[in-house]
Amino acid sequence: MSKAPQSAPKTLFEKVWQQHVVAEPEGEPTILYIDLHLVHEVTSPQAFEGLRMAGRKLRRSDRHIATVDHNVPTTSAYDRLHIVDQISATQVNTLRKNCADFGVEFFDVQDASQGIVHMIGPELGATKPGMTIVCGDSHTSTHGAFGALAFGIGTSEVEHVMATQTLPQSKPKTFRITVDGELPFGVTAKDIILDIIGKIGTDGATGHVIEYAGSAICALSMEGRMTICNMSIEAGARAGMIAPDETTFAYLNGRRFSPTGAAWNEAVAHWKALPTDEGAVFDRELHIDAATLAPAVTWGTSPGMTTTIDAKVPTLEDARSEADRKSFARAYEYMDLKPGTPMEEIKIDTVFLGSCTNGRIEDLRAAAAVIKGHHIATKIRAMVVPGSQAVKHQAEKEGLDTIFKSAGFEWREPGCSMCLGMNPDILQPGERCASTSNRNFEGRQGRGGRTHLVSPEMAAAAAITGHFTDIRKWKQAEGAKR
Amino acid sequence: MEPINILTSTAVPLPLPNIDTDQIIPKQFLKRIERTGYGDFLFFDWRYDLDTPDHVEERKDFVLNKPEYKSAEILIAEKNFGCGSSREHAAWALQQYGFRAVIAPTFADIFFSNAGKNGMILCRLSEDEVKTLLERSTANPEHKITINLEAQTVTDEQGFNAKFEIDPFRKYCLLNGLDDIGLTLRHVKSLDKFEDKHNKEFWSAPKTATA
Ligand code: SF4
Repeated sequence: MSKAPQSAPKTLFEKVWQQHVVAEPEGEPTILYIDLHLVHEVTSPQAFEGLRMAGRKLRRSDRHIATVDHNVPTTSAYDRLHIVDQISATQVNTLRKNCADFGVEFFDVQDASQGIVHMIGPELGATKPGMTIVCGDSHTSTHGAFGALAFGIGTSEVEHVMATQTLPQSKPKTFRITVDGELPFGVTAKDIILDIIGKIGTDGATGHVIEYAGSAICALSMEGRMTICNMSIEAGARAGMIAPDETTFAYLNGRRFSPTGAAWNEAVAHWKALPTDEGAVFDRELHIDAATLAPAVTWGTSPGMTTTIDAKVPTLEDARSEADRKSFARAYEYMDLKPGTPMEEIKIDTVFLGSCTNGRIEDLRAAAAVIKGHHIATKIRAMVVPGSQAVKHQAEKEGLDTIFKSAGFEWREPGCSMCLGMNPDILQPGERCASTSNRNFEGRQGRGGRTHLVSPEMAAAAAITGHFTDIRKWKQAEGAKR
Repeated sequence: MEPINILTSTAVPLPLPNIDTDQIIPKQFLKRIERTGYGDFLFFDWRYDLDTPDHVEERKDFVLNKPEYKSAEILIAEKNFGCGSSREHAAWALQQYGFRAVIAPTFADIFFSNAGKNGMILCRLSEDEVKTLLERSTANPEHKITINLEAQTVTDEQGFNAKFEIDPFRKYCLLNGLDDIGLTLRHVKSLDKFEDKHNKEFWSAPKTATA
């Protein structure tokens, strides 16, 4: 018989939160301790400047890790060291200098550990269960895949963390999304999260921390879990979390910053106590049956404008509110789509495989498996941008680069690239892109560019046929050929 | 940060939901390392004719460019204002353009926090109340709205009177123009104590081993 619980059952989020409370001043937000702060070139310069102006130092320089990702060219090693765009170059140089001045460990463009900030935290083993992690970037939610409480912050907060290693925070509400059952053939983590955002809307989880649970989530690899947590912010959530388990520990074991020996065992014992207790209560719950899911494609200009590959561009009658109707009308025009058009008939110009959502080794393997033995359709421009140096090296070791290159894809250096087009990788006005990234806002990938979010497999299939293609039929046809 | 309490001003109506931070300030301006000078780039892609050389020509049909709305310090929009990226540049751009308050039914979390740290008041009103204000400001650009932070009300001369909720601590900081770092450092003793204990929990250290 198990012992009677000593206190009320708690959620994963509540446990992590409680373990980081520094002070709870009356009538004020909680002062929360921050274990790890990730830094990149775009949202940090004004924060370092603020510290200088106030004569402050970093309270704990060992709790910050920095890299460059948003601005760096992905064309060649030479271009990365000699950035032509002077404003980008200044921003990168400013980070170099700031890290040197303030004693922050910095992974520069050619470092073997460089990559998109949300890729390198986990790869280095810096991201661990039960930690609090922040970064001046909304996709910090990615790190929640390890059972960490990880969220994006603004530049004033970046400065606050640098000076105090804490943040004043009001406690968010909790929201559990349970996905049970087996994922159908051809359906990936990306399709789960796009389906969720489509269901609850881009503000569906505002003010909440989502915990993803259920057998379909547990069955995912760490890569898949990161894809899901990454896009929590696209549902408005403060953070997304998944309970740590054997998959998590296996991923972390042996990483550069993971504990070793006795410390490892003690850490694992601590991590095993983190998952949500039986009977813990969430402010909200949603259940999804994995068997009902299909490969997703966004059709509009917000990640909530999602449908499935076998469906059509929704009509105004499908809009749930007056506000949605207005957004739909605007999106038809911007995306140059007619309501009722079958998704499979939409032709594309460009394919972008990469980003902190789907730029991991598993994503590249899945896409390579689809394109092997094929060539991209005529007039299509397709590029693969590995999310990090580590992913790039691993992929090259496995020969994935050769598969991509012989299929007509460009094989690039790591960075954010066309996910937001701060570097030279952008869409031209009117170009239509199948993208594995996370945002399809107007102009996100370049002014006038039209973005459709899909999984890596779906992006790969679209590159070959030149239009959106149902990966389920594709895989079956492929299977029959062999 | 400038203290703020009562704001009476005309308002710019922007009747769209889900206005994301990419629209408020497009990425090309995030390359700058300064904290000021973002006002001119607010709503850049909507505000300027991007087909003209150097993109300097204003689009006359965009509400911000209409002379009658130029001096407004309040912006009114529909639900989920400020969704998307965490860029504080969005709050800087709005504030440096001259806005001191935004009224909408809901705001995205990170934007909400960023705006507060830059001394802006964000008023959450019901969809119907926002609709009324949008209509009045659209019909009459001279229409004045008063936001009273102390009383937590939004009123106008035609009898509009709505209450908005605000976290008491945020209200206190806005009213007094207080900066967060200083406030947190009042708790430095608790922080030292917490950190001593927490340091021993090696799982919490980002770098516990080095190869
Ligand atoms: S890959 Fe895209 S979403 Fe991710 S950090 Fe870079 S720009 Fe942001």
